Amino acid sequence: MFVQIVFYFLAAVLVGAAVMVITARNPVHAALFLVLAFFTSAGIWLLLEAEFLAIVLVLVYVGAVMVLFLFVVMMLDINLAPLREGFIRYLPVGAAVAAIVVVELALVIGVSDFGLESMPAPPAHPADYSNTRELGKLLYTVYVYPFELAGAILLVAIIAAIALTMRRRTGVKTQNPSRQVEVRREDRIRIVQMPAEPRERVDRS
Amino acid sequence: MPEPLATALGWLPHELGLLVEALIKVVALLVPLLVTVAWFTYAERKVIGYMQVRLGPNRVGPKGLLQPIADAMKLMFKEFIVPAGANRFLFVVAPVISLTTALAAWAVVPFSDFLVVADINAGLLYVLAMTSLGVYGVIIAGWASNSKYALLGAMRCAAQIVAYEIAMGFALVVVLMAAGSLNLREIVLAQEGGWAQWFWLPLLPMFVVYVISGIAETNRAPFDVAEGESEIVAGFHVEYSGMAFSVFFIAEYTNMVLISALTVIMFLGGWLSPFPGLADLAFVGWIFAPGVHWFIGKLVFFMFLYLWLRATFPRYRYDQIMRLGWKVFIPLTIIWIVVVGIAIMVGLPPWFDAA
Repeated sequence: MFVQIVFYFLAAVLVGAAVMVITARNPVHAALFLVLAFFTSAGIWLLLEAEFLAIVLVLVYVGAVMVLFLFVVMMLDINLAPLREGFIRYLPVGAAVAAIVVVELALVIGVSDFGLESMPAPPAHPADYSNTRELGKLLYTVYVYPFELAGAILLVAIIAAIALTMRRRTGVKTQNPSRQVEVRREDRIRIVQMPAEPRERVDRS
Repeated sequence: MPEPLATALGWLPHELGLLVEALIKVVALLVPLLVTVAWFTYAERKVIGYMQVRLGPNRVGPKGLLQPIADAMKLMFKEFIVPAGANRFLFVVAPVISLTTALAAWAVVPFSDFLVVADINAGLLYVLAMTSLGVYGVIIAGWASNSKYALLGAMRCAAQIVAYEIAMGFALVVVLMAAGSLNLREIVLAQEGGWAQWFWLPLLPMFVVYVISGIAETNRAPFDVAEGESEIVAGFHVEYSGMAFSVFFIAEYTNMVLISALTVIMFLGGWLSPFPGLADLAFVGWIFAPGVHWFIGKLVFFMFLYLWLRATFPRYRYDQIMRLGWKVFIPLTIIWIVVVGIAIMVGLPPWFDAA
């Protein structure tokens, strides 16, 4: 009973937030609603006893990816009016695509395949069951090659993204912090030894 | 549920009993925590005062001890001003997010073998997730203020926190490799057996990385460019006044205490005693037995370290903060993951030969 109340609450918030992501006029608001959507779906995953995935969703997507998203969106100076232009004109096409997607999804994950009869709720795990440990065992034994492959592909993607966006311009003066912190006193000042000259004596006698 | 609490709440229905028990635990944790935070601000002003050969606050109460109460009263009666053109809802919500995430992470912090609100087995991940949410308070505050200085502060803060979170996360990955558990209580228990067994010694570079990243994460001097009084006035909270400002203030200090507590748990054996062999001595033996007094002692040292560093170092330049995070700390932590992996494989005594 309690679990169901929590589930319906989270699900309602999730759907509402997801709708707001695409309807909010302000891109910052849209990004913040996406944060809310991630957070509530993490809550639903917790209900499914997938605490590792839930916490990692918050940690990675909410804590890092969306921060960078917001970082970019807040610095954009978007004129909102042109973005809204032609909403009515494109509405029939958009609605048709959306309807097709809904029908396809309903065909694949309809009640006949994923209903309570064919997919009964699995028995709850005992209290000492560690979702993190089980996932780790699976990832590093049974699925170790796909896992390593995914890691290698991501690494290649990172390097490619950096290589594509990095450009070296010549003739630009930039600071080099590594060289700056390596500076020693000897590079900057020169201490000159000079013999002290005898002071002129004033004869006061 | 501990036995006395279970019998005291036995007459309630089961679910309600659990709820009341959780509430009692939360209050028992938060009240001492917030009192600590209040007098931590006093300690900061006093300690920095003495380090700068001043007296610090000394007018309210004996030796100025009631200064935090006077500050709180003053802030409570100040007007809360929402700037024109600010996003009202987000402007009000931002400090609440800051404080909530700072307090929520305390749920899994073990003060001793049994003093913990929620002993969950993914505790380390939970702490990381909660501390990574704290940045939203700052970003939203900076954006919703509709102020250039606040936005600049928020941008600096976001970049800095994301950069140092990676180093911090990797340092904690090394800790969890060494401890073999994500549960904070088990991480402490894995360090049992005297000061040489604590993780600060085999993970010394990670210890240094974690302490410095912690200072950067909490936006404290010398990494406080998000506030940067000399450049962007007060950064993200320049538009906040009254209680809303003080909520940010409380969140910052709560985070400092939290990072200190986590450092103690991960690297200095939490509530464990450095000399467990002396626990059998007569009369003074209880001092050398493991207990919450060791936790508090170590915690106070790291809290003092924050104040000490603030009084000692000038503010870092922004590009050097980024260089330190990305080019020094992250490579160092990745190398140390490999080093500790090899040490665990060969079972390097005296730390990794148990398993």
